[in-house]
Amino acid sequence: MIELLEPRAMGTALERMDGRAKVMGTAAYAFEHRLERPVYLCAVQSTIARGRIAEIDTSAAESLAGVIAVVTHETASRLASDANKELWVLQSAEVHFRGQFVAAVVAETPEVALQAADLVGVAYEPARHDVRLSAERKDLYAPKCVNAGYPTDTDEGDAGEAFEAAEVKVDATYFTPMEHNQPMEPHTTVALWEPPKLTLYDSTQSVHSVRSTVARTFGLEAEKVRVVSPYVGGGFGSKGEPHAHNILATLAAMQVPGRPVKFALTRQQMFVVAGYRTPTIQRFRLGATGDGRLTAIIHEVVELTSRFKEFAEQTAVPTRLMYASAARRTRHRLAALDVPKPSWMRAPGETPGMFAGEVAMDELAVACGMDPIELRIRNEPECDPQSGKPWGNRHLLECLREGARRFGWSSRDPRPRQRTEDGWLVGTGVASSTYPRYVLPGSRAHIRVGDDGRYLVRIGAADLGTGTWTALTQIAADALQCPVEGVRLEIGDTDLPNATVAGGSSGISSWGLAIVAAARELRRLNGSRPSPGAEATAETPRPPEDETFAQHSFGAQFAEVRVHAETGEVRVSRMLGVFSAGRIINPRLARSQLIGGMTMGLSMALHEESVIDERFGHVINHDFAGYHIASNADIAELEAVWLEEVDERSTPMGSRGIGEIGIVGAAAAVANAVYHATGKRARELPITPDKVLT
Amino acid sequence: MEASITLRVDGRERSLRVDTRTTLLDALRERLGVTSVKKGCDHGQCGACTVLLDGRRATTCLALAVAYDGATITTARGLAASGNLHPVQQAFLDHDALQCGYCTPGQICSAVGMLEEFRAGHPSFVTEGPGVPAALSDEEIRERMSGNLCRCGAYVNIVAAIRQAMGEVGGRETGPGTAERAAP
Amino acid sequence: MTPFSYERAPDATSAVARVAGHPNAVFLGGGTNLVDHMRLGVARPDLLVDVSRLPFSQIETLPDDGIRIGAGVRNSDLAAHRAIRERYPVLSQAMLAGASGQLRNLATTGGNLLQRTRCAYFQDVTTPCNKRNPGTGCSAIDGHNRDHAILGASEHCVAVHPSDMAVALTALDAVVIVLGPAGERRIPVADLHRLPGNTPERDTALERGDLIVAVELAALPVAVNSAYYKVRDRASYAFALVSVAAALEVRNGRVADARIALGGIAHKPWRALRAEAVLRGAAATEETYGRAADAELADSRPLQHNAFKVPLAHNTLRMVLRRLTAGASS
Repeated sequence: MIELLEPRAMGTALERMDGRAKVMGTAAYAFEHRLERPVYLCAVQSTIARGRIAEIDTSAAESLAGVIAVVTHETASRLASDANKELWVLQSAEVHFRGQFVAAVVAETPEVALQAADLVGVAYEPARHDVRLSAERKDLYAPKCVNAGYPTDTDEGDAGEAFEAAEVKVDATYFTPMEHNQPMEPHTTVALWEPPKLTLYDSTQSVHSVRSTVARTFGLEAEKVRVVSPYVGGGFGSKGEPHAHNILATLAAMQVPGRPVKFALTRQQMFVVAGYRTPTIQRFRLGATGDGRLTAIIHEVVELTSRFKEFAEQTAVPTRLMYASAARRTRHRLAALDVPKPSWMRAPGETPGMFAGEVAMDELAVACGMDPIELRIRNEPECDPQSGKPWGNRHLLECLREGARRFGWSSRDPRPRQRTEDGWLVGTGVASSTYPRYVLPGSRAHIRVGDDGRYLVRIGAADLGTGTWTALTQIAADALQCPVEGVRLEIGDTDLPNATVAGGSSGISSWGLAIVAAARELRRLNGSRPSPGAEATAETPRPPEDETFAQHSFGAQFAEVRVHAETGEVRVSRMLGVFSAGRIINPRLARSQLIGGMTMGLSMALHEESVIDERFGHVINHDFAGYHIASNADIAELEAVWLEEVDERSTPMGSRGIGEIGIVGAAAAVANAVYHATGKRARELPITPDKVLT
Repeated sequence: MEASITLRVDGRERSLRVDTRTTLLDALRERLGVTSVKKGCDHGQCGACTVLLDGRRATTCLALAVAYDGATITTARGLAASGNLHPVQQAFLDHDALQCGYCTPGQICSAVGMLEEFRAGHPSFVTEGPGVPAALSDEEIRERMSGNLCRCGAYVNIVAAIRQAMGEVGGRETGPGTAERAAP
Repeated sequence: MTPFSYERAPDATSAVARVAGHPNAVFLGGGTNLVDHMRLGVARPDLLVDVSRLPFSQIETLPDDGIRIGAGVRNSDLAAHRAIRERYPVLSQAMLAGASGQLRNLATTGGNLLQRTRCAYFQDVTTPCNKRNPGTGCSAIDGHNRDHAILGASEHCVAVHPSDMAVALTALDAVVIVLGPAGERRIPVADLHRLPGNTPERDTALERGDLIVAVELAALPVAVNSAYYKVRDRASYAFALVSVAAALEVRNGRVADARIALGGIAHKPWRALRAEAVLRGAAATEETYGRAADAELADSRPLQHNAFKVPLAHNTLRMVLRRLTAGASS
């Protein structure tokens, strides 16, 4: 059993501690630290998608007044490790994707840097590139495993046979487009090389990951590399691992020792080297009895990866645990293309996979003549089908029922295209949501009692708007049994103890576990009122109940849409998410995270699509005018609530993590509502007016 | 090519020489160290760089500094005169109308400017009829604030914050729809 | 950005002479399109002549009850002007449908008219574009052309004009007052913007040094019953997929007057003369509106990804006419 903390600060709606600095604009993001004599980096990018640089002429750029250096593959320092080909920057003449960094101009001012970048002449030997994803490709392959270490394929029962024999069948293919994370703060590295010391002012979800990766890549001692990132202007997964910009800035810094090199990606570059979510082609088959009991689930995913380094999104993984079925098959197949490497984007795997799965379930409900919530209730698995373990705390059905009650589901006429108001067709939809509760090993927390009696809690965690500054303070206060004012938290610096990435919604769980362990150690050694100078360190312990239980969070998403009968415009007039995520550390901040995730899900459903022009090989709509994210006017009534619960099997905080679950299932709820409104099934995102009209 | 300009930024007179290519945004951030204005896209497509420019909300990433010699600029920092938060800033805190905070200074300046526009009788795309309503509906607030993107999805709380601030900053002072003044 | 000199014009005549006499100079208004394109490398002037402080910032009623709008009037002020709101609501609505509040505070009337296409290939200097570099080809014709033209295009260019204001002004038969090296002249707005033909690099009929100083609207009673509808991919802050600017007068169940322009579908705002011809004198019914839309869109040449614009334009036009009919009778 887990020894739960007594909640005093946890569960209170404390105002965000970094809020005041943020509303005043005084919180310093990576580009904004006051540094002496900075220089500015502007990157030159390839205009071919595959091939080689034949010649690169930097003379015109170098002779421009104010230009300090132009770094190319011919002049850049040699990296020590090519273990990660994404980071093999300016090391060879090879071009792997259009927009790859081929040179860096360093200048005294950003204006000169931009002008000089234009003067770098590059001649290429292009090779034929291939950027087309299709399910018909002959070269689709099975990766060894998919992201987060899951098996590529699973197979229980004879799913094919069970499907063929099923009384009711759904067989449909769903498409989610390429999507880009697009945090408002672009990826940024300010690199200062004072040999042998390297300092990076960065915007990252893990300072320690940037440090260890950069150190390894450059052959530096990790202790000589410092990464500072107190405030991060959003990440959504794209800042979860280092990318080419970290390397480019460091390479440039090595050419101008003593001067900080400031490099922020342009918004256009954010569509190339910052990571993104793969497009998916998902064939989903459901077989059921006439009264809606599933007998076969088959989920086959086709997606892409880059040729030079693999990333396989775990799209079919949520299908392995959502519903009960004796026969189940899941499959991932990749096309390796001449594109940049995909990476994490909020709830990788769950987001696209649950779009297909939850629309397919809606189609099954229609085929069976059943209410979609009833269908899910009927197929609730008693234990985790994937691992066989009992659920730690699965409350999907309570979420669906609570949501139905609040949303007014019982008065819903299930027949599509029954409601019109003022020229707008009105419909409602529902979808399930899920996200695993990850705890990553390896974080350490250090707590020391200061002379003023306050506890200094130190851990290299990250706050990307996720509320870490506040939530960890609340957890520490309860672990130390002191008021919140008695805790001073330090995060976002590699001078602090190692912390795992703010990813997989694992941050609060992983860091919180380390803090609780350190606090308990401190009190074990020094009693309940330790004196100034007393200190303790502890690592994230392995959660003891993880051997026994399957740890996941669940939720339900509800949407009401209005579809204009003549123009095809779609508006989400109401949206509700009901979540089960264990104890909510801070209700104010948790609600913001959840509505933020739902907003991103709405944006995914209606607006977002990165379009690659195959002739050139890059994303052609590479700015905020071409790639639409939801604007304020797109969000009407949108609310997130949760079940009041404490998870006694997860962590001492009783919590499970909430950063990503908000987006999962949201797009399916919207798509299902569009079907209910119009009678037309949307299987391809985004649901733009042209798709509705034609 | 360079030019000497003077800007009044958050109450302080600042003189500097700028490249004619320098935008107001880069002049503020890189030349004057005023980082309470943010760069989100540099192409007028996100609103993160919004300030109050000669009293009106404006994006700074496409404004050339040389063209604004003598201008008065207020950023989010300047709205918090002598440490007291502007009612809009306080409302943002009260309603947690932010998460990562990067779009926040622009949202706040935009909201302050927007409320001023409303008081001066400016309509929005969703305003019906020639005048303006006595108070802004949520639909009005959303439309008027749509020039500020927020990837964290704090919109619901931003609207609530502005609704609260509207109550405190005061309703409309002029009669319905009186925007007949010419441009400044 | 390439280096440039910046000058503030003391008066319109010298501004015109300065730009006319310089091989690579442009006028600077609010800068919201020019500076964007300069940073992209699409525009490369070496002299900017700032005309934003010339005395063209007034909106005045003319003796014949028309309205004269100075070219320097900011978009937000024009949209909010009482006389515009009451007498030409389509113009106010169109302006408020464009860009964002903070951009509208900077953008000028003249600049709005002269803004250039947002075609992704035009704006991407690494992709071929006949408008940017004549003779290099049109990347949009066989590319991602969902946002592009269905009418009036050529094999050299399928771009659309992005301005909402211009669509409304076209429906209202506005006249653009231009000061050139040879003096002042008046250009009907319908003649200001060009179709691409085989010179897509020329957006307008203006010559080097021509400066827009004002836009005039005639007193137009039909404009009182007018509206702008813009269909976009999100609810705000997005360019039009299709837009309709229309003014309608209905008397005794028949269309007495109709002025219509379509946006988002051509290289210039598309004055729907054929639709107007069908409408004038006909019964103010759904059947008439359908025939009018049919007539206007009959010559549509959709591209691979924008065929939806044909039914969308058809539906939107009929819907706006229907709403204006209801408005006319109330």
